Amino acid sequence: MASAIELDAPRSGLTPVLYRVVARRNETADVVTLWLESLDGSRLSFQSGQFNMLSAIGVGEVAVSISTSPSDPGPLLHTVRDVGAVTHALCSSGVGDVIGVRGPFGTDWGVTGNAAAIDTVIVAGGIGLAPLRGAVEELVAARSDGAGQVFVLVGAREPDQLVFLDDMAKWKKAGAVVLSTVDRSAPGWSGRVGLVTTLLSSAGFDAHHCRVLICGPEIMMRFTARALIELGVDPASIWVSLERNMQCGLGWCGHCQLGPLLLCRDGPVVGYVEANVLMNERER
Amino acid sequence: MITIDELVGAHPFAAGLSDEHLALVAGCAQNVAFDAGAMLCAEGESADTFFLLRRGHVSIEVHQAGRGPIVIETVGSGNAVGWSWLVAPYRWTFDARALEPVGALAIDGACLRAKSFEDPALGFALLSRVTQELLGRLQSTRIRLLDLYGEHRG
Repeated sequence: MASAIELDAPRSGLTPVLYRVVARRNETADVVTLWLESLDGSRLSFQSGQFNMLSAIGVGEVAVSISTSPSDPGPLLHTVRDVGAVTHALCSSGVGDVIGVRGPFGTDWGVTGNAAAIDTVIVAGGIGLAPLRGAVEELVAARSDGAGQVFVLVGAREPDQLVFLDDMAKWKKAGAVVLSTVDRSAPGWSGRVGLVTTLLSSAGFDAHHCRVLICGPEIMMRFTARALIELGVDPASIWVSLERNMQCGLGWCGHCQLGPLLLCRDGPVVGYVEANVLMNERER
Repeated sequence: MITIDELVGAHPFAAGLSDEHLALVAGCAQNVAFDAGAMLCAEGESADTFFLLRRGHVSIEVHQAGRGPIVIETVGSGNAVGWSWLVAPYRWTFDARALEPVGALAIDGACLRAKSFEDPALGFALLSRVTQELLGRLQSTRIRLLDLYGEHRG
């Protein structure tokens, strides 16, 4: 007899769907973007900011944000950083290889079908632009419908670690304000050098009428949010993407617990007012 | 025509200064412009000026023989460049170079120091502002030292 938990389980959430790698691009020395198409021709329905569990068959499974815009009819995009056995296997995938996809899971940025007339400020650190890419694509496309200005502010350790350079050029061409800075300069770099927060004051957005989406290392998100609030941004208008050890994706296993939240279900996108308390919680 | 008092008063560094102190600062200031590539100051030289940036970006650099300039940080409109004018021996520690056409207010450091000795309230007001700029840069540097985007293998 099936248990209650099995009866409640959404089958699509437990069983990976097989996808084939149809293209790949090395973003940096250790970051790869994979373009995926399902073997059965099905198309995933998701919102910007959600994530999938990607499985390197025979190696393991890992949570990776979806980088595609929900309105993009093309392949699914996932950008993966090679930091462990599973991500190394995924980053090593070649065109034609098959990987498993479970999802989508978690909360989203809330921009799909919500092209507000106010400015939207995207602040990304490192590979943190990957979970925001789909949202930026949506927001830039919505500008022709009278939506507010889009500001994309990106920080990276070094110039050669900036990801989605082609996309950034495209967004700029489409009218978005796109600024980047690096923590450490390098020969040939003529752009900004400094923390990503140094881009905020001169970007030109209306601090009193904007929403802000931030993704990056937690310390970077904390300092960015504080700097935004000092500029006059309402804390309730700031969202951050939190990440813990996502495993089941369904809020069952508890590995991703952060205070009262199970981040695979209640996150990754969390309002800053709530996240601020959790990000400052010290380990006991 | 915009006066030097108005230009100084419009800069974030001067926010909250009394009219009297604003006039004293403006009395030591001149409006200057730099072409892209021009040096605002150079390491080791006498730090007799500091700059309030009005437009454009400036790189704070250190030069290494055989490698050329190493950019430590870039600063832009609204920032101040240089605090060596406030601390003996009044010599620049780094180079500062215009990355693009830069507009700035050049403030005579010796002039301001003399006025601050005569009017300690002005000295405190200036020191508070320089400290605020210093604190922002120090915090930014500390966070960059954490190498947040670096490789943290699990």
